[in-house]
Amino acid sequence: MMNAGEYLLEMKNVSKRFPGVQALKDVQVNVKPGEVLALMGENGAGKSTLMKCLFGIYKMDQGEIFMNGNPVVIDNPRQALDIGIAMVQQELEQVPHRNVMDNIWLGRYPRKGLLIDDKKMYKDTLQIIELFNMNIDPRAQVNHLSVSTKQMADIVKAVSYNAKIIVLDEPTSSLTEKETVGLFKIIRQLKQEGCGIIYISHKIEEVMNISDRVTVLRDGLWVATENTKDIDSNQLIKLMVNRELGNRFPPKNKVIGETILKVENLSSVYSPRLQDISFEVRAGEILGIGGLVGAGRTELLECIFGLRTVAEGAVFVHGKDVLKSNRNAKYSGIAMVTEERRETGIFPMMDIRWNTVSSSMEKNRTKAGFISLKKVEKNTQWAVDAMRIKTPTLKTLISSLSGGNQQKVLLGRCLLNQPRILLLDEPTRGIDVGAKYEIYQLMIALAKEGKAVVFVSSEMPELLGVADRILVMSNGRNAGIMDSQDCSQEKIMTLAAKYL
Amino acid sequence: MELNMRGMNPELVKNTKHWLMQYAIYLVLLAVIMTIVILEPSILSVRNATFILQQAAPKLIIALGLAGLILLGGTDLSAGRMVGIAGIICASLLQKPDYALRIFSNMKPLPIIVPLLIAIAVCLLFALVHSLLISVLQIAPFIASLGMQMIVYGAMSLYFDGVNNSSPIGGFDTRFTKIAQGAIQIGTFRLPWIVIYAVVITILFWVLWYRTTLGRNMYAVGGNKEAAVVSGVNTKRVIMYVYLIAGLAYALAGFLDAGRTGSATNALGEGYELDAIASCVVGGVSLRGGVGKISGVVIGVLIFQVLSYCLVYMDINPYIQFIIKGLIIVFAIAVDTQKYIKKR
Ligand SMILES: Nc1ncnc2c1ncn2[C@@H]1O[C@H](COP(=O)(O)OP(=O)(O)O)[C@@H](O)[C@H]1O
Ligand SMILES: [Mg+2]
Repeated sequence: MMNAGEYLLEMKNVSKRFPGVQALKDVQVNVKPGEVLALMGENGAGKSTLMKCLFGIYKMDQGEIFMNGNPVVIDNPRQALDIGIAMVQQELEQVPHRNVMDNIWLGRYPRKGLLIDDKKMYKDTLQIIELFNMNIDPRAQVNHLSVSTKQMADIVKAVSYNAKIIVLDEPTSSLTEKETVGLFKIIRQLKQEGCGIIYISHKIEEVMNISDRVTVLRDGLWVATENTKDIDSNQLIKLMVNRELGNRFPPKNKVIGETILKVENLSSVYSPRLQDISFEVRAGEILGIGGLVGAGRTELLECIFGLRTVAEGAVFVHGKDVLKSNRNAKYSGIAMVTEERRETGIFPMMDIRWNTVSSSMEKNRTKAGFISLKKVEKNTQWAVDAMRIKTPTLKTLISSLSGGNQQKVLLGRCLLNQPRILLLDEPTRGIDVGAKYEIYQLMIALAKEGKAVVFVSSEMPELLGVADRILVMSNGRNAGIMDSQDCSQEKIMTLAAKYL
Repeated sequence: MELNMRGMNPELVKNTKHWLMQYAIYLVLLAVIMTIVILEPSILSVRNATFILQQAAPKLIIALGLAGLILLGGTDLSAGRMVGIAGIICASLLQKPDYALRIFSNMKPLPIIVPLLIAIAVCLLFALVHSLLISVLQIAPFIASLGMQMIVYGAMSLYFDGVNNSSPIGGFDTRFTKIAQGAIQIGTFRLPWIVIYAVVITILFWVLWYRTTLGRNMYAVGGNKEAAVVSGVNTKRVIMYVYLIAGLAYALAGFLDAGRTGSATNALGEGYELDAIASCVVGGVSLRGGVGKISGVVIGVLIFQVLSYCLVYMDINPYIQFIIKGLIIVFAIAVDTQKYIKKR
């Protein structure tokens, strides 16, 4: 074995397929002791999938894992933990009705004889929390914590395993800059102790700051591994998106019309609560909504769409208060595409036709009121053509399409109702780079037709590149609205922390 | 349920609603019981209280076993029949040596522990199969337990028919009836042994739920199974143990309930699972899993038993009793659902 021990961890030729998408193909990644390896790539590049394969959550179709040069088999998270791999997942997995320490020590509770040693658990928890300079009550119930505290609690948990490899999957998506600085201090300390850290993020500055090497993935393929100091952020972006920076986003629409959507002093009842949000969107305009995960961006869209209980305020469409009129948002001309495509978007067991017409059934009936297959197919065909959906037939199961094409089906579903306002929640999440560009084109084309488009995104370049104006949410409030020409990633980050 | 909340102080609305949700079921039941007491004051007597405790004891043991399964996010419709099969086995093996209709007429009297162990073994076997249906085949608990209910009932009836031609098994050994019907006399007060067993078992369950790894893991698996998996918890094993413990509780309850009633048929245990589930829900064990307390189960069982006893005592038409109990179950589940529904 050449150079055994140079790498703490190696993953070789990893492939993983989901229905409709090759999430990973022949990917390799390796980590040396005492280094931070950044794993970069746009949304949907396969970063999380790769790490879930490492942690035994997904079974790889093909590939090998070596620890210190020795091959290891990891079939479940237990084995991963046993050989010294800990992970903070992108979507936190916590037991909501239990307290912080029960969550942290889950799977390895300290015991005295047969019984759990709660005192030791409490003491140990306090000790590691102190290490982080944080203020969490070990006995606080997890579902009462803020999103960023939950995130920190999960990071604390991962560190407390004393693992040799720690994977952090987008740990800062809900953290403020201050909390991020704290996290980086811990990471540096772990480095000193000889841990290997895999740090996933698509925030360039963070990666340039903390990492020693960068591995870039694009559309499930390994693209490059570079020393961070040998590469600048422009080169990195180019590797990630494989497109010249200039034409990463299509040209914007220039013709802005009258106000279509007006939100006035909107507050909601249930947490995460929105407080006093006001803004307007005009015909032909694209409004981007930025902010940290957990700031209430999704909730804002849901409020406008009528999915949440509103405490105060109003939503006007063409001057009409649509919350009062108590009708389905669809009849007020509002359409929404949700963030969790697989959970709340598609009907996975149905084909494209039914997924397309499911929100406009009344337009697909015969005179007698029965469903007209002819109309269904005509409407579906329209959506397939207009959205340029790539599918073998109209009767293909939607779950066998790629993420991008599924998203286009959902857009087509919305457009069949001829909405005047489109609410899109993370519209490019989990779709490949090429399809992203097409989604941007569609969004801009829809704006050109005079629709108002509101979209939420965690990718700041996307906000800056596609939106005309950007509203930044912070802790359930509107922290400010800026023209995207005058805006920058730093300004967005600053506003995002305004009310924390 | 949908209040118009625009314009009202959202915090106040939330807190009031929260409080109501938390205690609504207790308030309603308290009101019902108060009404009964006012209508029929004679019900307030030590004698009645003893009866209620005596009847509640085996039900509490069943409910404690079943509560673990609800905590995992499941349910168990087979609980009553499991109790039944344990009861029938014990009854058939514990008749008086000189009883004319003795089933195993030539058998020497067995040490009392032997039939109990046989009943436990049978229940554990069924519980093991049941847990595999849930954890390995991943069948929905409702359906799996419905299947198990029928299987256990069939097996029990076959045995009952085979050994005793489907006529009630009676004439129990006095050692058996003493254990199940006996009591300690404290002055004028008779404290039934069966109540003491139930208390001891409750304490054991308390330790199990709150102070052992299995107990904590049970909450984790019920609250968020994926979180348990990524924390390295062997969820299949947790599920199996909780089923086995429930099986053990059913077997004990069957043994005691047969002895308490003094005779057994294959109808023994019928419907017990519904009482137990209802008691758990009334006591705040959430059907969504991951939330529940031992004290809640105890209170739920007691309230439910008081109610049943009062209705019988007042000689209410049994069909109306069904309606009242049904309403309470529906109400309890409605409140429970509201409590944990994701408010938007
Ligand atoms: N459980 C799953 N089922 C089906 N497709 C999935 C699943 N998880 C991820 N994918 C798809 O695999 C691709 C890679 O996703 P992911 O690893 O989450 O990307 P990243 O973390 O880089 O944003 C995406 O196209 C995504 O839609
Ligand atoms: Mg990811």
